[in-house]
Amino acid sequence: MHRVSLPRIGTAKAWRDAARGFLAAGVPPEHILWGDHAAAPDLFGGDSPPPGGGTVTVPRSFVAMAETAVWHSDPERFARLYAFLWRLKDAPHLMADRGDAELAKLRQMEKNVRRCQHKMKAFVRFREIGAPDAARRSFAAWFEPSHHTVEPTADFFVRRFSDMDWRILTPDISAIFEQGELSFHQGYARPDLPEDAGEALWITYFQNIFNPARLKVQAMQSEMPKKYWKNMPEAALIPQMIAQAPGRADAMAAAAPTLPPARMAPAQAQLASCASAWDGPAEDLPRAIRACTRCALHCHATQAVPGEGPADADLMVVGEQPGDLEDLSGRPFVGPAGQMFDSLAAEAGLDRDAAFVTNAVKHFKFVARGKRRIHQRPNTSEIHHCRWWLDAEIAQVRPRLILAMGATAAQSLTGNGTAILSRRGRIETGPNDLPVLITLHPSYLLRTPDAAERARATAQFRQDLTTAAGIIAQEAG
Amino acid sequence: MARQTLDQKLAILSDAAKYDASCASSGSTRRHSRDGKGLGSNEGSGICHAYTPDGRCISLLKILMTNFCIYDCSYCINRVSSNVPRARFSVDEAVRLTIEFYRRNYIEGLFLSSGVIRSPDATMSDMVQIARKLRHEENFRGYIHLKTIPDASPDLIAEAGRLADRLSINVELPTDSALAQYAPEKKPEHIRRAMANVRMARDANKERTFTGKRPPRFAPAGQSTQMIIGADGSNDATVLRQSTRLYASYRLKRVYYSAFSPIPDSSAKLPLIRPPLEREHRLYQADWLLRFYDFGLDEITSVTRDGNLDLDIDPKLAWALAHRGVFPLDVNRASRELLLRVPGFGIKTVDRILATRRHRTLRFEDLLRMGAAMKKARAFVTAGGWTPGSLTDSADLRARFAPPPEQLALF
Repeated sequence: MHRVSLPRIGTAKAWRDAARGFLAAGVPPEHILWGDHAAAPDLFGGDSPPPGGGTVTVPRSFVAMAETAVWHSDPERFARLYAFLWRLKDAPHLMADRGDAELAKLRQMEKNVRRCQHKMKAFVRFREIGAPDAARRSFAAWFEPSHHTVEPTADFFVRRFSDMDWRILTPDISAIFEQGELSFHQGYARPDLPEDAGEALWITYFQNIFNPARLKVQAMQSEMPKKYWKNMPEAALIPQMIAQAPGRADAMAAAAPTLPPARMAPAQAQLASCASAWDGPAEDLPRAIRACTRCALHCHATQAVPGEGPADADLMVVGEQPGDLEDLSGRPFVGPAGQMFDSLAAEAGLDRDAAFVTNAVKHFKFVARGKRRIHQRPNTSEIHHCRWWLDAEIAQVRPRLILAMGATAAQSLTGNGTAILSRRGRIETGPNDLPVLITLHPSYLLRTPDAAERARATAQFRQDLTTAAGIIAQEAG
Repeated sequence: MARQTLDQKLAILSDAAKYDASCASSGSTRRHSRDGKGLGSNEGSGICHAYTPDGRCISLLKILMTNFCIYDCSYCINRVSSNVPRARFSVDEAVRLTIEFYRRNYIEGLFLSSGVIRSPDATMSDMVQIARKLRHEENFRGYIHLKTIPDASPDLIAEAGRLADRLSINVELPTDSALAQYAPEKKPEHIRRAMANVRMARDANKERTFTGKRPPRFAPAGQSTQMIIGADGSNDATVLRQSTRLYASYRLKRVYYSAFSPIPDSSAKLPLIRPPLEREHRLYQADWLLRFYDFGLDEITSVTRDGNLDLDIDPKLAWALAHRGVFPLDVNRASRELLLRVPGFGIKTVDRILATRRHRTLRFEDLLRMGAAMKKARAFVTAGGWTPGSLTDSADLRARFAPPPEQLALF
């Protein structure tokens, strides 16, 4: 009778060496008494080392299984492994027979160890024991595994936490990693680890990531058995969380829908401003513009006024915004300024009906004073919101030239609405690199009180229209 | 308003993230920090570090960067019209939380989602900055999952894909019309275009260059999406048809089904009826059959009454009960394809059966040892020493599996 007692640290290698020796020497399983370090001395024999090793061939899958199953806490594991190894000697195909009772038992042990290893990877909780600003931070954990899993699992922690010092203390074996060196030691008694600020945050997280409307306590316990709870800081709260959950869920269901907060409107306006270009079908665009609620102007105006003209116009004329008449009729350029534009265009040889006319802002902005509506200049944010529609119109018409009349149109198309008088007559770059000819707005001609100044501005405007007509004719020719 | 502490922010922003079903951290490239120059590792298979009483695991620090949002999706707690308390993490706070939690072995990495603030691009760029800081300044080698904003610019998505292990974009609802109704600002075509872009970027990054060098991996753990179940009237057939299309079109790793859950401060647009959580479970089972068991979509849906999966029994059992002519199967002779159709047999069991029967005849006890759920399977198979007899065709077979009928209260 041979008796072998295997050491507490390095068990796997010791068993493998011993088993190889016995197998090579042809010692049958019933002649070996296997024991771990904890086994009581046997009455029938002292320790007898196995005969010197030899070469033995075994299926690779057995080695892999044995390397894991050997860490099981069952004292019979060594004997079972050797007994199966003995049978395997003559029938290597046994490894593929999942119906074999002995193999099934060993696979079960292997699975238990793997599960225990997995739980160790998951449920070890470190607490900081050094200074948080030290070059190499230092952590410690107390863990109570069901099997002898510290040794085979330690490398996982090395791969993961190698830039810090850590120690995992257990009643069985302890793993200590310092300055990049891993070592194993005997078991410890449960230490008092210092409080850790990170733990309070973790508990906050654990409490809040849980949805009380869907309680599944069994599902939780099957994956996180209660035996692990005492070493997990968050687990202390579980009973309380379960108890409060139904009440919280009922309260949610019972609460009446609330009114939206006051900041909703500005937030949604922000959304409207960052949306990308309108991409619906062409014939729907005017309707979409009419339904626009992107900025607050729609609340006061009668209607939005989409552009008008041939869908393939070479020239696009962009004014400022609809006026009183446009707002009522829903068509662009029908008021006094529009009529002025029409007559001057005819004089300059520009076919107004061949151009697509529209406005930089689609809703009329005004203040009501007595019985009159006083036109107000659109502000930057309104121009910005409406740019979306203008872009959609430009994308559809794809003109060769855009005539920007006045500061608002210039700002919308070029991003700059200043110093119009000095910029007029010049061609600048607009959206999609289209040329934009800057000119005055016809209402400027109408409102200028000084006759001489008005005549000069009118001449300039007519000149710009001629330039535009020239460019279009040239391009067409 | 008083400044919020980190603890208060964490409470608000993790609470806001609890409706996201995904928490997976598996399937990415393997890496470790054994060299001592970084923190973290990725083992291929994810680890669930804790479980909450709702039965779901915590593997990642699942938080929102901010729960301010300019969208008004009626099923969402963070919609602009909701009155929940709002908070926002700074980039440094999100990075610090991730690193400190990771060092204490609480988590596998970060799952970062966000409400849309200012503009989709501005939001996405802040999220990318958090990932960049984790990877490049902290040398973090753990898992990062970014929930991308569909409207964000392709450049930002591209950088996100290089930094993160997984990208996801939520389709939110099973049909375009439901999306138009409940999430008016979200455009189904934008969501699909974003998914297509991620797939193309992933495909492009798999090919080696001329010199044989592999380009940097793009979202190596793939992309996933989430669909809310029970908020609109779509039945399970519609849901599964949509997910089959998504798997096929964009090579998604996972489609997550999230039963609509009543949310505090909910919108008046939605009923506060809680759909059965079981429905979610049945959908996952059907999804599994489609992806790993070679079931066709119409095979699963043809045995349902109104397009909804049976809540009492699993979809594979429902199929088997409707096709009893195929059974009982002889486990010693049947093909792999047919064995996979036996209720109670999983892929592992079938592989074990095939490996073992090369050597000998299988008996009933062998199947038990191989991990087959014989309570279910016994009516559908024959093995050495076992025939189900008339059990396969018995009229009460379904009743043996379904939960017993409940006695209604008299008063």
